Amino acid sequence: MTALDTDQAAVATPRAARRPAGSGRQLLKTEASKGWALMSPALLTIVVGLGGPIVMLLLYSFWTQHYIEIDHTPTFANYQQVLTQPIYLNVFLRSILIAAGATLTTVLICYPVAYFLAFDVKKHRLVWMVLITLPFWTSYLLRVFTWKIILGYNGIINSGLKGVGLIDKPLEFLLYNPFAVYLTLVYGWATFAILPIFVSLDKIDRSYLEAATDLGDTAVERFWRITFPLSLPGVIAAFLVIFIPTVGDYVTPQLVGGPDGLMIANIIQSQFGKANNFPLGAALSITSMVVVTLIAVGFVWMSRRVTERIG
Amino acid sequence: MAGTAVRKMSGSGWRLAWVCVFLLFLYLPIMLMPLFSFNDGIYVAFPLKGFTTKWYAQLFANEALAHALVNSLKVAIAASLISTGLAIFAAKAFTRYEFKGRQLGYGLIMAPMILPEIMVGISLFLIILALGLPLGLYTVLFGHVLFCMPFAISVLSSRLEGFDKSLEEASLDLGESPLMTFWRVTFPLTMPGIVSSLLLCFTISFDEFILAFFLSSTETTLPVYIWGQLRFPAKLPEVLALGSLILVGTTILIVAAQSIRGEEGMTQGR
Repeated sequence: MTALDTDQAAVATPRAARRPAGSGRQLLKTEASKGWALMSPALLTIVVGLGGPIVMLLLYSFWTQHYIEIDHTPTFANYQQVLTQPIYLNVFLRSILIAAGATLTTVLICYPVAYFLAFDVKKHRLVWMVLITLPFWTSYLLRVFTWKIILGYNGIINSGLKGVGLIDKPLEFLLYNPFAVYLTLVYGWATFAILPIFVSLDKIDRSYLEAATDLGDTAVERFWRITFPLSLPGVIAAFLVIFIPTVGDYVTPQLVGGPDGLMIANIIQSQFGKANNFPLGAALSITSMVVVTLIAVGFVWMSRRVTERIG
Repeated sequence: MAGTAVRKMSGSGWRLAWVCVFLLFLYLPIMLMPLFSFNDGIYVAFPLKGFTTKWYAQLFANEALAHALVNSLKVAIAASLISTGLAIFAAKAFTRYEFKGRQLGYGLIMAPMILPEIMVGISLFLIILALGLPLGLYTVLFGHVLFCMPFAISVLSSRLEGFDKSLEEASLDLGESPLMTFWRVTFPLTMPGIVSSLLLCFTISFDEFILAFFLSSTETTLPVYIWGQLRFPAKLPEVLALGSLILVGTTILIVAAQSIRGEEGMTQGR
């Protein structure tokens, strides 16, 4: 770092300027440069290794492809196609709805579990923690595939029900539809919601709760007035942590979605595979990145306002 | 007071019941894997046909699978070392120093976390293609490093935030060089975080599919191999046997990792 940079940084960080005089000058000089020096290997890896590729993706989205030849003349044709053809709009809408539904369900299911871990478990917390997170660490592919086995035509549910004599013919509506995708996503990501909610519940100062009880709040009032508002950061984190990967999930819709349950990642992948239209695939990717980011930012903004109002 | 105590009891009773149902929901599906991996029939359906270990025998004789496993281990070990290595310094910068551009840097480094994985995979695929580089284990490794680094930084930052900065300052004031301070003070105190970060990155990389799917070409990793096998019904029992072994393997790994870490960080609230 140059001297100029450090000087600017020193002006910008009054906290550093308040250091004791002795070793202060030395530290002042190195605070910013040390920070940058330590951060730069990781930052460089990301900026070059991810920024470069994303610029490439952006470029591709303005090109066109004829068989295997790429035409580099810039055009909005791909975006026009993405934004006007109903099939793409439908897939976007479906992906968002399925992911939002799965996220909401997961958070609702997991909140009481996180609450249990934070407030009810006094002994052997670690054992409970391991018990709950363990299935998450096994192969994602196989956890998803298990649901294909469960819901399939000759699967666990159908063969089980037939064995008991409840049905004569296998139920065909179980697999290959948006509901199967939703259910499998809930299963696949359930554990992910627990940790952030648990952390924010665990941080709550217990004396607040005692005070509320002493002042006459019932357990339910106390929950809505203190515990829930204070746990909101964890809930918001859980929403984002699940929504972003599920909306872009490829494996689950591919395995259990069928033609009616395909999501945006499957459509994008097919442009790089069978459909062989890289620029269109790039335009679809850029569009979904923008959409996902907008939804995430909007969600965080909205929940901040809600938190301010009740917190 | 007695009233609240009763209410509280019943509340926690409901929650315990809910957690038990939740655990059944988590465990019943994956337990089908070991169950049917010993079933003497190709179809995964009731009734069970009888006990066999032949799927495991087939599995151990499968050379393509062994090759994919070795590839996955190589990539996962390298990815966990590189991303944790880069993350140690970045996490230190973020937790120890106040400087201009800190927020921006943090946001950028965490970016892979807020991008759907398939986007990362496709952009890397396109640039590797444009640069004319060959796809292979190195490209998978690169993708995994990008993907693991944010996780490593979160784990390490929370560890670094937990210990007292004055310990480092004392060491410096007493005349230890910055390098020796790092080696004798920072490093030992960060060790549990480093171990968790390595394990987390290893597990993420070992299980990662999408990036490897786009970036691996002919040298497949284990998840890409499994994906290929899922298309063939006849291969199914063997895949289930493999899944059961992965289940056992990760159980041992996680239990070991948690026992090393102990109860720390889990008992702050009372």
